Amino acid sequence: MSQLLEVSGVSVTFDGFRAINNLSFAIGSAELRAIIGPNGAGKTTFMDIVTGKTRPDAGRIRWGDKGISLLGLNEAQIAREGIGRKFQKPTVFEDQTVQENLLMALKAKRGAFSVLFWKPQPADLERVRALATEIGLEDALPLKSGTLSHGQKQWLEIGMLLAQEPRLLLVDEPAAGMTPAEREHTTAILVEAAKTRAVVVVEHDMEFVRRLDCRVTVLHEGAVLAEGSLDHVTANKEVIDVYLGR
Amino acid sequence: MNRSFFARNPSVLVFLATLGLATLVITAASEGLGLGLISTSMVKTLGKTLCLALIAVAMDLVWGYAGILSLGHFAFFGLGGYMIGMWLMYERTSQIVTQNLANAPIPPTAEEISDAIGSQIFGVVGSAEFPLIWSFADSLVIQLLLVVAVPGLLALVFGWLAFRSRVAGVYLSILTQAMTLALALYLFQNDSGLRGNNGLSGLQNIPHLDQVPQSVLSVWFLWASALALALGYVFAAWIVSGKFGSVIRGIRDNESRVRFLGYSVERYKLFIFTVTAMIAGIAGALYYPQAGIINPAELAPVASIYLAVWVAIGGRGRLYGAVIGACFVSLISTWFTGGQAPDINLGFYTFAWVDWWTILLGLSFVLVTLFAPKGIGGLFDLIATRNEETQE
Repeated sequence: MSQLLEVSGVSVTFDGFRAINNLSFAIGSAELRAIIGPNGAGKTTFMDIVTGKTRPDAGRIRWGDKGISLLGLNEAQIAREGIGRKFQKPTVFEDQTVQENLLMALKAKRGAFSVLFWKPQPADLERVRALATEIGLEDALPLKSGTLSHGQKQWLEIGMLLAQEPRLLLVDEPAAGMTPAEREHTTAILVEAAKTRAVVVVEHDMEFVRRLDCRVTVLHEGAVLAEGSLDHVTANKEVIDVYLGR
Repeated sequence: MNRSFFARNPSVLVFLATLGLATLVITAASEGLGLGLISTSMVKTLGKTLCLALIAVAMDLVWGYAGILSLGHFAFFGLGGYMIGMWLMYERTSQIVTQNLANAPIPPTAEEISDAIGSQIFGVVGSAEFPLIWSFADSLVIQLLLVVAVPGLLALVFGWLAFRSRVAGVYLSILTQAMTLALALYLFQNDSGLRGNNGLSGLQNIPHLDQVPQSVLSVWFLWASALALALGYVFAAWIVSGKFGSVIRGIRDNESRVRFLGYSVERYKLFIFTVTAMIAGIAGALYYPQAGIINPAELAPVASIYLAVWVAIGGRGRLYGAVIGACFVSLISTWFTGGQAPDINLGFYTFAWVDWWTILLGLSFVLVTLFAPKGIGGLFDLIATRNEETQE
């Protein structure tokens, strides 16, 4: 299977603290992957590096069929390359309606002039409605997103990610603060999304990871400690020592 | 497309109707074309107020919508004024000089005329030479283009440098203050080519319109200012109504999130900064012929801070709020600082409005920021919600 994203030998140091240490990671074009690890293992920094927020000191990141390097690109360019990111804390534009949030995320030209003259076509509105239905917000389209519940905001953000039509989704703790029913719905959305694209989920909650039923990468001190099925990694002695056996 | 735009933004139509009505009423009451109830200087003050409302709309776009607290937009306003002032002063001086020299026994050469104009304009700064920047002063068309081009270019270069380095928030505000201060200090110099602290004067005398009395000219400028404000308002409302408006409001609220959606935040900031600088230039070009004089003191940093105060008091993030703030605060300021407001004698102390007004204005800015962040415009929202509630 050809790899969509290939991170090799990446290191980054903050004020002498080695947050990422010679990390290598790869994911295929239609794959669901969970990343687990204790606090400070470098999970968020890893996402920062892939999305261009943090520049690594060393290493390579290859992307897509042509294997282009992501290191020279800024956040917006990387997003346009097809990498979408969902933050731990739901960050939607609270002052704007659900529809406006989704329209802003919808895949389209991102240049200032094209955006200035852009008008939503019936197909765009149809797509927004379909997405809203998928994330259970079809009745909330005209509402300000600031009025949504915590779980609904999480979904709206996932919906915005899907609207971008990225080839890789990076999702940071999507189930945080959700009720069991909401978690189930979230799992379904992510599993469905991973059928056509790569999805990386960073998660603390083992129960949630088990439900995702996918390959798991365990990070520790900025490097990969183990990789494989959840049962495989949870049986690993080192993993038990650093993470599960706490 | 226009129909749907106005249908989606009914407040724009309300604004245009109000502006049109106010202009008509002022015209009907003016000395020049009406009943003479309002003095010509009052018509000029009202016309100038409309120009201030226009720059307030620009300020609202850049600050209220895009979240860039620029404290330098009056520099662009002043530059616009200087650009039109150059033509006004050159053309009028040229007219006078040509008339005077026509009576001379020997017909003057072109060089003599040019020298005479030069010494008329630059005598006060001890020079008779035309600086390079006056090259196009004889062409109204070019100077009109410069009214938007010079502020636009300065904003483009300044913004490109600042936004590219991701300077934001209070640091950017300080940088824009430094820019307007530097420009003012430069213009204060006699060899800046714009007559140092004398500035450009006599701008109320429009060349080739000597036969038109000021009372009529003032009404024409009122109309021109009202038209510019109307166009600027509709343009601003159009910009913020669509997806572009969504993106810049997103930048205001969470710029890194917008980046991760794939938008080049820096380009959007640069675009809105430059466009609003151009609008400010147009507002300035209409303001100073009504004021009659422009000098570097107009570009003082405090002017741009006043602008932010108007928009804050009027209510930022809503265009009519900016207009209300600019009109209300600048008119009331004129009244209090013009010595027209009666002093209050408290017996032990005479409360002079002229002295206390600035302090009261500052205090009201603090109070609005603390207790009514939506400003006067927020009251309209409150009324609108009440109405909706009673309808339900």
